[in-house]
Amino acid sequence: MGRNPVTWLGSPTFPSAARAALADTQLRGNLAHATGTIRTKRAAVVSELPDWERLRLAGEAIKDDVLANLDTHLTRLEAAVTARGGVVHWARDAAEANEIVLGLVRAAEASEVVKVKSMATAEIGLNEALAAGGVSAVETDLAELIVQLGDDRPSHILVPAIHRNRAEIRDIFRATMPGASPSLSDSPADLAEAARAHLRRKFLSAKVAISGANFAVADTGSVVVVESEGNGRMCLTLPRTLITVMGLEKVVPTWRDLEVFLQLLPRSSTAERMNPYTSVWSGVTPGDGPSEFHLVLLDNGRTATLADEVGRQALRCIRCSACLNVCPVYERTGGQAYGSVYPGPIGAILTPQLGAGTDDPSTASLLRSLPFASSLCGACYEVCPVRIDIPEVLVHLRSRSVTEKGPYTPEAVAMAAASWVMTSPSRFRLAQRLLGPLRLLARHGRVRRLPWPASLWTDSRDVPAPPKETFSAWWRRTRGPTSRASSGSRTRSRAPAPGRTAHSALWRRLRGRGTLPNDAGTAPPDTGAPLLGGAFADLVRRVRGGRRG
Amino acid sequence: MTTRVALMATCLTDTLYPDTARAVVRLLERLGCDVEFPDAQTCCGQMHYNTGYRRQATTLARHTARTFDGYDAVVAPSGSCAGMVRDLYPGLHRSTVRVAGRTYELSEFLVDVLGVTDVGAYFPHRVTYHPTCHSLRMLGVGDKPLRLLRAVRGLDLVELPGARECCGFGGTFALKNADTSTAMLADKMQGVLDTGARVVTAGDNSCLMHIGGGLSRLNTGVRALHLAEILASTEEEPWVATR
Repeated sequence: MGRNPVTWLGSPTFPSAARAALADTQLRGNLAHATGTIRTKRAAVVSELPDWERLRLAGEAIKDDVLANLDTHLTRLEAAVTARGGVVHWARDAAEANEIVLGLVRAAEASEVVKVKSMATAEIGLNEALAAGGVSAVETDLAELIVQLGDDRPSHILVPAIHRNRAEIRDIFRATMPGASPSLSDSPADLAEAARAHLRRKFLSAKVAISGANFAVADTGSVVVVESEGNGRMCLTLPRTLITVMGLEKVVPTWRDLEVFLQLLPRSSTAERMNPYTSVWSGVTPGDGPSEFHLVLLDNGRTATLADEVGRQALRCIRCSACLNVCPVYERTGGQAYGSVYPGPIGAILTPQLGAGTDDPSTASLLRSLPFASSLCGACYEVCPVRIDIPEVLVHLRSRSVTEKGPYTPEAVAMAAASWVMTSPSRFRLAQRLLGPLRLLARHGRVRRLPWPASLWTDSRDVPAPPKETFSAWWRRTRGPTSRASSGSRTRSRAPAPGRTAHSALWRRLRGRGTLPNDAGTAPPDTGAPLLGGAFADLVRRVRGGRRG
Repeated sequence: MTTRVALMATCLTDTLYPDTARAVVRLLERLGCDVEFPDAQTCCGQMHYNTGYRRQATTLARHTARTFDGYDAVVAPSGSCAGMVRDLYPGLHRSTVRVAGRTYELSEFLVDVLGVTDVGAYFPHRVTYHPTCHSLRMLGVGDKPLRLLRAVRGLDLVELPGARECCGFGGTFALKNADTSTAMLADKMQGVLDTGARVVTAGDNSCLMHIGGGLSRLNTGVRALHLAEILASTEEEPWVATR
């Protein structure tokens, strides 16, 4: 199996990519401003709809039905598109899809194509594949154009240049856009006008356009693209040949289903009640728009994802970006740290699934690191218009990462040890006591520096000094042990012995009498006369680090 | 009749924050509960579960379910541990289903089960409240902690800017993605400092260890203190710092 271009070759793991991104003050400022703005706007337009939660449920249900009956819906879609004069192609992976598209472009004798912003074509690395075949692809979405001219990578699903501010965009245009004035200003109107003039020439000369699809209605074979700038409408109507690359999961059964998503998508993505342009076409119409239409149905890891009962919900995604905009991790690292065209929370669950089975070790490391790029705060799930339980899938994929790495990593060994300790109350109490000496490192009630791996914490936060007495020790000292409510006959947990010393017989005797010196090193005051006098208590106190009575 | 309540202290609070668990005992006993501390309790398994060690998490969950079997109610002073038991235990093992339905986070137990918002507390300080992610989004405790705080005499409650944003703790996330975690912590601390509060409170010592660890590192003089300790404090027995 070849490399899946859903990840960028040579990308480091998330933690190290994030480290670099976090140090970029310009990026941090741009992102905080952009995500903060869209987040507030989204909340406002969503709150206008009293049935928002029911719309989300409907979106979830429709997508789940589509995924459960994907074969039926896709077969119906193929038949409907074909009946209306379109040609349907099936691509198992990126390489197949790219080959199909390049072949179609060559057949149309075009050396340049115009493109509508599309995640599917970004996922398969189509522009690079076309360039290798001698065809130049021109991105016509403003943000995508900025990324392309800047020889940059996208950092957001909806706004790929979200990491750029207008001064940076002006500099990119001045340096790389044919015909851009050297005195171009950084006002949004001037920047948009420069892009408009540049793109207009491209629209009018293009023979072939390439798009993705937001939805395709199986009933009528109608393909839908929603957009904001009108560049999509130009691409979809002006050239002679239109090629659409669409992920298998984008099919919806009927127009009634589409109605749900046309409410969910714009509010979630651009925080608009309705997006400015919705283009729908069904096959070809003589004398109106492209005379040739090709629909490439792309798998590229989707059917494998569908086989995973927990992970498959990621295929409900309608690429709105709401999860990115609310994610506290994304807001700080930006999208490029995720090493993929799919960043943010959805990327952290989609990329490892689409890219699974890679034979490149560094790509495999990146894919294993992505599900950990989240604090599991759940903000993504809260806003997802199709109710993808992203935290659930993250944890599920973490298990997969852990299994892949095997049981002998330092982390796996530590986790196994922690679990061994904590499945036994006596071992747990002993471990609690072993933490006691940490107090020696404490100053004014806090520990400021610890060796690796605890240094990962103490590099930026203090740790409270362990208390002189844990709560459970206090409880035993003041209240005595509580046996389990359901079965009083069960013996209570053993208190740990102080090591294999000559005292062990003595400890057994003490335990039998229920007057075991507790963690505080003194016998409970209300248990009658202690078996031994102060000398023993003193010894215990010294052994245990001189805890207070 | 008194309610028999089992305290799930949580491993972190038992080990590092005994004052919080003592405060829960004091508070619940003041409200007429019969509090027990099942001695065999260790850890609910959340860390293992969230880090991808599901098998070990299940072992710990089964131990926890056995330990708390038979109580009317299990109360944990932690949104994330209560969330683990209530939301995730039912999917782990058939023996871990029953305890899920009886487990409450402290503020839920006070407001929903005991039906109190004024617990007779006195805490004459300026306080801001951080709603931890799992309390907020997993358990859905809503404004219950705030209602409890508003009823505390002497307490000056100030709203935390960006309250709903994660503090960056996230369990092992704080270690595995320490840089990103710290960047999130910095913004949370800025929000806390902007309020001018002397105390930041929450219903979870794990998040408070993170926020408090940052505030302490920078010598801000702001204390992170569990909600239970504020609610346990009275005019007769006011809260005092033990460290």
